[in-house]
Amino acid sequence: MADNSHPARETPWILGRKTLAEVTADVARPLERRPSRLWKAGFAVSLLFLGVGLVSIGYLFLTGIGVWGLNRTVGWAFDITNFVFWVGIGHAGTLISAVLLLFRQRWRTSVNRAAEAMTIFAVMCAGIFPLIHMGRPWFAYWVFPYPNTRGPLWVNFRSPLLWDVFAIGTYFTISLVFWFVGMIPDLATLRDRTVPGLRQRIYRMLALGWSGSAKSWQRHEALSLLLAGLATPLVLSVHSVVSFDFATSLLPGWHATIFPPYFVAGAVFSGFGMVLTLLLVARKVMGLEAYVTKRHIDAMCRILLAMGMLVGLAYATEFFMAWWSGNPYERFAFLNRAFGPLGWAYAVMVVCNVIVPQALWSPKVRGRLGLVFAITILVNVGMWFERFVIIVSSLERDFLPSSWASFTPTLTDLGTFLGSFGLFFTLFLLFCRFVPVIAMAEVKAVVSHETPPRVRSCAVPAPSSPSSHGPRSTDSAAAAVGADERGAS
Amino acid sequence: MSRRVLVAAFDEEHALLGAVRALRAGGHPVLDVFGPHPVHGLDDALGLRPSRLPWVCLAFGLLGLAGGFLLQAWTSAVDWPLDVGGKPLLSWPAFVPVAFELTVLFAGLGSVAAFFFVQRRTGRPPGVPGVKPRWLDDRFAVVVGAADATFDPEALARDLEARHGAVAVEAHLVEDPS
Repeated sequence: MADNSHPARETPWILGRKTLAEVTADVARPLERRPSRLWKAGFAVSLLFLGVGLVSIGYLFLTGIGVWGLNRTVGWAFDITNFVFWVGIGHAGTLISAVLLLFRQRWRTSVNRAAEAMTIFAVMCAGIFPLIHMGRPWFAYWVFPYPNTRGPLWVNFRSPLLWDVFAIGTYFTISLVFWFVGMIPDLATLRDRTVPGLRQRIYRMLALGWSGSAKSWQRHEALSLLLAGLATPLVLSVHSVVSFDFATSLLPGWHATIFPPYFVAGAVFSGFGMVLTLLLVARKVMGLEAYVTKRHIDAMCRILLAMGMLVGLAYATEFFMAWWSGNPYERFAFLNRAFGPLGWAYAVMVVCNVIVPQALWSPKVRGRLGLVFAITILVNVGMWFERFVIIVSSLERDFLPSSWASFTPTLTDLGTFLGSFGLFFTLFLLFCRFVPVIAMAEVKAVVSHETPPRVRSCAVPAPSSPSSHGPRSTDSAAAAVGADERGAS
Repeated sequence: MSRRVLVAAFDEEHALLGAVRALRAGGHPVLDVFGPHPVHGLDDALGLRPSRLPWVCLAFGLLGLAGGFLLQAWTSAVDWPLDVGGKPLLSWPAFVPVAFELTVLFAGLGSVAAFFFVQRRTGRPPGVPGVKPRWLDDRFAVVVGAADATFDPEALARDLEARHGAVAVEAHLVEDPS
């Protein structure tokens, strides 16, 4: 965490001594110009991947689960691996927006909007997999407890798979609402600066008449704190419940009480990996280096390092407990995990999640963004393999050697996985085009806080101010409240 | 009927806070303040009551908790008793995760609904039709009403600009809500 005892705590988080008007202009600029060639290329590739995913899912629906590489021994593989992978990615967004809000970490304001968006899109990607795994997805609504003509036969509330429905459903709903409520003031800002037309009508509709009055801000802050307070235990519960899917079974390698904290640590780890991956690209492409600074990256790298070590500790604890339990099946499961047919995947996992992040101890590495980017990619890879190893290596060799089998993904497996990335990046690129990527109002509060009082009496206007109206103008006739040069002309 | 108000613009929160305190100390009713971001200390300066949303949140949370638990108990033990391995029908520990999730869901959605419900009653900001306001961009606006018949808008405007750092002061006619 960016500790308060940091010797540089008085240095500003936002670089360049931005005025409030410059914050608005900088954040709104990418939304108001035509999409760049890079964006178009990225969007085309994302749509292509999404198309591959849709074809794969269509083929699955028309044919059946047999088109995946599953067999009677390995009944969960790519589908549930991808589900846990994507749910985990979501966790960093909630951690940044909720937990860091409660801890009053100011640096979160630059990254929380994008991280929350990532959460929502990742949970959407995650939700697809249990749905298409059902075999008859058109009966998906059976997971909800509603009065029906079959008895009524209710859902089994003692099943962790049903807990998942409620945990993921609540998580998605609360994350979406939190994200939208936090965005209302920024949408109103955009409404006020967009020229009349379809775009302004949409922003006007979404801004819900936000006026920015003192009482509104007070309520808005109260609501944000409440939602943060609710989201904090929620984010811990979601991956705990996901881990119950495994931990409440009797399978060696799954049946472990360490699973809930282990999964939550892994989720935060993978989420921060993905947040860093996305932000390192977004700040460059969208020219937001003054807002997502090297210090922000540094703070997130520290969290990544801490989480990586927690995950490493969990790997070691699992092995110790397997030996300590004296249970031969348990011992075998872990020896098989590390040295069995999937030993290579286990090695990838340990190298990417435990060994590589150790480089982040060095401030030099944390300051070289290319290296940080490479590490975050490896973390993403490693965390996908962690879930794959947990799921498949435990299933493929269980109690009865006669039923041992192995798993090989089919093209449909790979296509569906690729498709989930397509969906994720399609949504994220659309988000970058139409929604302020940085929480303007929150960054402005930080900027105001970091601006010393009475700056006007000693300061001359910033020499290279790109703002269209003089930020410190004292010409009361022209810059009268309510009057805006652009709007009046 | 409509009445005359002064709208004073500030471009930094410190000046805004000082002016609001001075205005209220001088007996001028500060009708509202608009700004691009929440200002720490403004609630106190304006004498705003704390928001009561936390109570709404608590009430909805308790509703979700009770509803979630009762739903599970009734469906699993009463309406269709589901025997799982001979364990008790009212196996409450198994109901904790779903009851918790429903607590959070109800508390969150209830608070947001209450927020939108009370926000409908918030007054609209004053402004000149066709002119875009800047208080969601980089300005704070303090709306001052007339204390009594001796209200002298011009003198107050000069005072705000000279002594409290207002960058612009305008007189507006606003429609009275009542």
